[in-house]
Amino acid sequence: MEANHNIILPEGSIEKQTTTLNFGPTHPATHGVFQNIMEVDGERVVSTVQTVGYIHRAFEKLAERRPLYQITPITDRLNYCSSPINNMGWHLTCEKFLNIQTPKRVDYLRVIIMELSRISDHLICNSIVGVDTGAYTGFLYVMQYRELIYEIYEEVCGSRLTTNIGRIGGFERNFTNAAFTKLEKFLNEYPKTLREFESLFTRNRIFMDRTQGTGGISAERAMNYGFTGPNLRAAGVDYDVRVQQPYSSYQDFDFTVPVGTTGDNYDRYLVRNAEMWESISIIRQAYEKVQSFKGTDADVYHADVPEYYLPKKEDVYTKMEALIWHFKIIMGEIDLPKGQIYNAVEGGNGELGFYLISDGGRTPFRLHFRRPSFIYYQAYPELIKGGMISDAVVTMSSLNLIAGELDA
Amino acid sequence: MALTNEYIQAQLVAKFGDQVTTFSTTYGTLSFESPKELNLKVLQFLYDEPSLGFTFLTDLCGVNYPDNIGGELVVVYHLHNFTENVRLRFSVATSIAQPDVFTASKLFESANWMERETFDFYGINFVGHSNLKRILNVDEMDYFPLRKEYPLEDQTRIDKDDEMFGRG
Repeated sequence: MEANHNIILPEGSIEKQTTTLNFGPTHPATHGVFQNIMEVDGERVVSTVQTVGYIHRAFEKLAERRPLYQITPITDRLNYCSSPINNMGWHLTCEKFLNIQTPKRVDYLRVIIMELSRISDHLICNSIVGVDTGAYTGFLYVMQYRELIYEIYEEVCGSRLTTNIGRIGGFERNFTNAAFTKLEKFLNEYPKTLREFESLFTRNRIFMDRTQGTGGISAERAMNYGFTGPNLRAAGVDYDVRVQQPYSSYQDFDFTVPVGTTGDNYDRYLVRNAEMWESISIIRQAYEKVQSFKGTDADVYHADVPEYYLPKKEDVYTKMEALIWHFKIIMGEIDLPKGQIYNAVEGGNGELGFYLISDGGRTPFRLHFRRPSFIYYQAYPELIKGGMISDAVVTMSSLNLIAGELDA
Repeated sequence: MALTNEYIQAQLVAKFGDQVTTFSTTYGTLSFESPKELNLKVLQFLYDEPSLGFTFLTDLCGVNYPDNIGGELVVVYHLHNFTENVRLRFSVATSIAQPDVFTASKLFESANWMERETFDFYGINFVGHSNLKRILNVDEMDYFPLRKEYPLEDQTRIDKDDEMFGRG
C-alpha cells in the first residue's frame, strides 16, 4: 500500500467499467472551439456532456447600447461562414420593424449575395465532413470557389469574412461591373467543380460506410429538439423559411426544397449538396432579373429612407440636409418606434431569428438572437450515443456547428 | 381551414377564460400573456389541441423590465405551427424577488439549453429543470449580467450619459 501512495485515483474509478475521456477543447478547422467530456466503453460513446461558451461575447448586452446600424457588425460574428445572411437578416428585421419597402432590384441583389453565402457555408461544411472521413482532396477543389465568393463580397462591400454588407434599406453602393464579371465566372465554373466534388464523395464506398447510419435522428425528435435548416430537412421535414415566410422577394423564384429521410450524416451531406444546386439556380434567376433592369432602374440600389440610410459622402460635404442626416445617423440620434418583432431568415444552418423589443429609445431595449447552432447542438449526445468516437467527430462536422453562433 | 389569430384567441379564451390576457397582433403575430403558474398548461394545450398544433418551440428568452414592479422578469416563448405556418408569442411575468417559473423542457427538448441560457443571463429559476446551471458564462459568476441593473458602460466614465441614447 505504501508504494502506491503517490497515485490518487478518483473514487470508484476502478469499479466502473467505462473511461472518462476529455475530448477537446479542439479547434476543428473553421468551426470554433468545442469540448466534450465523454464516457466511453472501449471506443463506444456511452454518454457525453458538451461544454459551450468559450467565445461568448455578450452580443445581446452589447446590442442594448448600440443604434441599429452599429449592430450589423455584431451579426457578422454569429455564423461567420455566411456573414452576409446574418447582416441581411438583421437589415430585413429592421426594415420590417420600421415599415420600409425595398425596391425589387435591391431584393434580387440581396438574394444573389445570400445564396452565394449559403453556397460558401454548405461547401465548407460538406468538404470538412470529407476531411474528417479522410478525404482531403474535395476540400481543396471547392475551397478555391469560396475564395471567388469572397472576392465577389470584396467587390460589393470591401471585406471578406466579417462583411458588414449593406445597410438598412439596401446596399452602400451599386454592384460594380467587376462584381458581375466575377459572378458570371463563378456561375460558369462552380457547377463543374461541384459535380467533380460529388463524383468523389456521393457514391464513394468508404464515405458512404462512414456516414450512412451514423448520427441519425427521426423527424419527431428533430422537431422536438428545435432543429431547423438542412439538419431538419435531412430528417424529412420540408421546413424552409424562404418558402414558408418569403422575404426579400423569394416568392419570385422557382426552386425546390430538398429533403432526406433518415436524418443521418449522409442525408445531411446530400441535402446540403442539393441545396447548393438550388442556390446556383436561384442566383442564375436573380442575375437574369437584375439584368432586366435598364436605364435609371439599373442604378437603384437602396430604398429612399433618409432616417436610416447614410447619404453619399459628396452630398454630406455640399448639402445641409445630407449633413444633418449623416450626423443624426452616425450619432445614433434617431428614436425608434415602440413595439416588438420576431423576424427570421433561412441562415446557413437553420432559422436565424431576431427578436427585437424597442421601448422608443435610440437603441433596442432587448435584442435576442435565435441561433440555430445553439439550439440543435443540445441533441449531440443523443446523436452519438452508442456509436464510435470516430463517428462522433463526423457527426459534429456534419451538423455544421459554428462556435460564433453557438456562443453569441 | 386556415388557422387564424382570432380562432387561436377564441380557443384560448374558451379554455382559460380571463386568465389569458393582453392579446395583441403586431406584424401578423399574435401575442398574449398568462400568469406564470399557468405557463405549462397553456403550452400543453397549444401543443395537444389538434386544431392548434403548436408543436415547435422556435425560441425562448428572458426580458427584464425593471419598472414593472412585481413582474420584473418575463419569459417569452415563440411557438410555431409548421403545417398551418402560424407563429405565436406567449409570455409570462415573474417577480425578481422570487423568479420561479415551471420548466418547459419536459415538453420540448429544445427548451433545455434555452432555459439554461435564460437562467444564466436573468437568474430565472426554472422549477423542475434537470440541469439548471450556467451555460455560456463562467460557473463562478455570481450575478445575472443581462439584468438592467448592470449597465454596459463603465460607470466611472463621465463623458457619456444616457441622454445620448434617448433615455435621459
